[in-house]
Amino acid sequence: MIPILDIRNLNKNYGAVQILKEVNVAIDPGDFLVLVGPSGCGKSTLLNCIAGLEPISGGSISISGRDMTQVSPKDRDIAMVFQSYALYPTMTVAKNITFGMKVRGIDAATQARKLAEVAQQLQIEPLLDRRPGQLSGGQRQRVAMGRALVRDPKLFLFDEPLSNLDAKLRVSMRSEIKKLHQNLGATMVYVTHDQIEAMTLATKIVVMKGGVVQQIGTPAEIYNHPANLFVADFMGSPAMNLIPARTQRAADGIQIEITRTEGAPIILQSPLTRDLPQDVILGLRPEDIAETGFRSGAAVQSAQCRIDLVEPAGADTFVVSELGGKQVTARLHAETKAQPGAMLDLAFDLAKVSFFAPDTGERLN
Amino acid sequence: MSDLSSTPSAITAQTRPGQIALRWLLFCFLGLFALFYLLPLFVMVTTSLKSLEEIRSGSLVSLPREVTFDAWRTAWSGACTGIQCEGLRPYFWNSVLLAVPAVLISTFLGAANGYIIAQWHFRGANLIFSAMLFGCFIPFQVVLLPMARMLGLMGLAGSIPGLIFAHVIYGIGFTTLFFRNFYVTIPSDLVKAAKVDGAGFFRIFWSIFLPLSLPIIVVTVIWQFTQIWNDFLFGVSFSQAGTQPVTVALNNIVNSTTGVKEYNVDMAAAIIAGLPTLLVYVVAGKYFIRGLTAGSVKG
Repeated sequence: MIPILDIRNLNKNYGAVQILKEVNVAIDPGDFLVLVGPSGCGKSTLLNCIAGLEPISGGSISISGRDMTQVSPKDRDIAMVFQSYALYPTMTVAKNITFGMKVRGIDAATQARKLAEVAQQLQIEPLLDRRPGQLSGGQRQRVAMGRALVRDPKLFLFDEPLSNLDAKLRVSMRSEIKKLHQNLGATMVYVTHDQIEAMTLATKIVVMKGGVVQQIGTPAEIYNHPANLFVADFMGSPAMNLIPARTQRAADGIQIEITRTEGAPIILQSPLTRDLPQDVILGLRPEDIAETGFRSGAAVQSAQCRIDLVEPAGADTFVVSELGGKQVTARLHAETKAQPGAMLDLAFDLAKVSFFAPDTGERLN
Repeated sequence: MSDLSSTPSAITAQTRPGQIALRWLLFCFLGLFALFYLLPLFVMVTTSLKSLEEIRSGSLVSLPREVTFDAWRTAWSGACTGIQCEGLRPYFWNSVLLAVPAVLISTFLGAANGYIIAQWHFRGANLIFSAMLFGCFIPFQVVLLPMARMLGLMGLAGSIPGLIFAHVIYGIGFTTLFFRNFYVTIPSDLVKAAKVDGAGFFRIFWSIFLPLSLPIIVVTVIWQFTQIWNDFLFGVSFSQAGTQPVTVALNNIVNSTTGVKEYNVDMAAAIIAGLPTLLVYVVAGKYFIRGLTAGSVKG
């Protein structure tokens, strides 16, 4: 199958400043690709390059097997939804949605039919005669989506479309976009700085930092096997615990030693058979540390820890303990008896551990 | 918005006698200033409605005993500018023929320039804009000789198209400045969205930017019309008999009469010459509206 979007060795410079370095991404029809990273990582620039709104400095972009590197945005068969919605302020909602078709010289009957379809799909029929200034944020968002949907393009591009909405609306629009993707089977590229949005929407995630792709993978791969310390820290909330530790080869695996400011070091046995350097960073998600007795498995090991902080969050209770000089968060069940200042037996699921090299930050296992 | 709606209640809450007195004092003071400024206009209007007889015998500020429009009629169609006695009428039309195209052309060029400089970033855009801005500060007198030579070379010397040309060139700096400063406030996402929608350079200008521009068009038109209509220096330098604008004709009427000075005709002529700029302001002033872009971006 020809990838619907194929980006090869893409470079982008502003003068001497390199914004994007050697980006390689390919997706298949029907994929939902999310570009995620902190602000300034180049994700929006990459989207603008895909749209053709920014010229690229090197490499190539093809859509459906056709090289689009020198093609202008209007001929790329794309539609885009902007963070600011970018609705044409002097036009009514209906005119906003049909503007693209009008420019392309599509006959009035087709325009009217497609407008009706999209308006029905997005439930914006009562708004068609209004102007953008008379709409609420959520309604503007819908109109902006309508303007993209009506074009029926090969590729939908979304540039942080939900970040101007309030928290509640954001969650409901997120589900709607996901539903839309499932119903249309369309290919979408979506930029966000919100890692939860990335996890919930994507079929494929690209994590970026400083213009460099850190990892490409499914949400599960990114979450469970982060490629480096940056990805481990960025994806997931609360963040993955990253604990400095020492390792030692043992008979049936690896012995891990984590120092504590108070009390003896914790010794854990990892079933991993691979050789590791002596100093490592051990990555463990909060949900992979539980109260002893609530987690079972071959690689689950317990240690007594001093609880510094208890944070009930409704469905779960988070407890914080100091390990290896770091504040380590564990996600316990809501009815835990954990008390701040008291000792508690915590179970560590070593099957879920990620090991990172402290100097390069790269994943070791 | 909330601070606006809370203002009236804030006023009613503070209506203590001392403040009411202060307010009235302020109004009286402002009223005096307004009277002071209106007095010359009052004298002009009343004088233009008096007969010469009455002007000689009466007081400057008294109301006309007998209202007569003879002076207006003379000023419009009978007063002498040198040897011709056609009044202001032909010159008034010269000014209209000159000001209307000059205003329209310079406004349109300013809009196009502003659109390009604000939204289509190209190498040297800032340099060009700075150069245009510099053009706003060049005094008229400096331009006179080079412009006269230019008009001569182009075969436009002494003609109305020549005057239009001079005013358009001189006005582009201002109109570009107005439109550029208006268009930089329009989010560049609008241009991007239109590009993705398939619109080109001119399409975006016509369909998206010009419809947004009503407030700044009004400001520019008022500014340009006032400048061009009231201009005397270009008018007197680049025109010849028959193509002079109304300002030059007014000067000739006032300065070339011999014998008895007809103050009533002079006043009427001055009011006629000044009326169009006043009219433009009154008619277009209400379109000084803001916030047409409100809602295009984040609420």
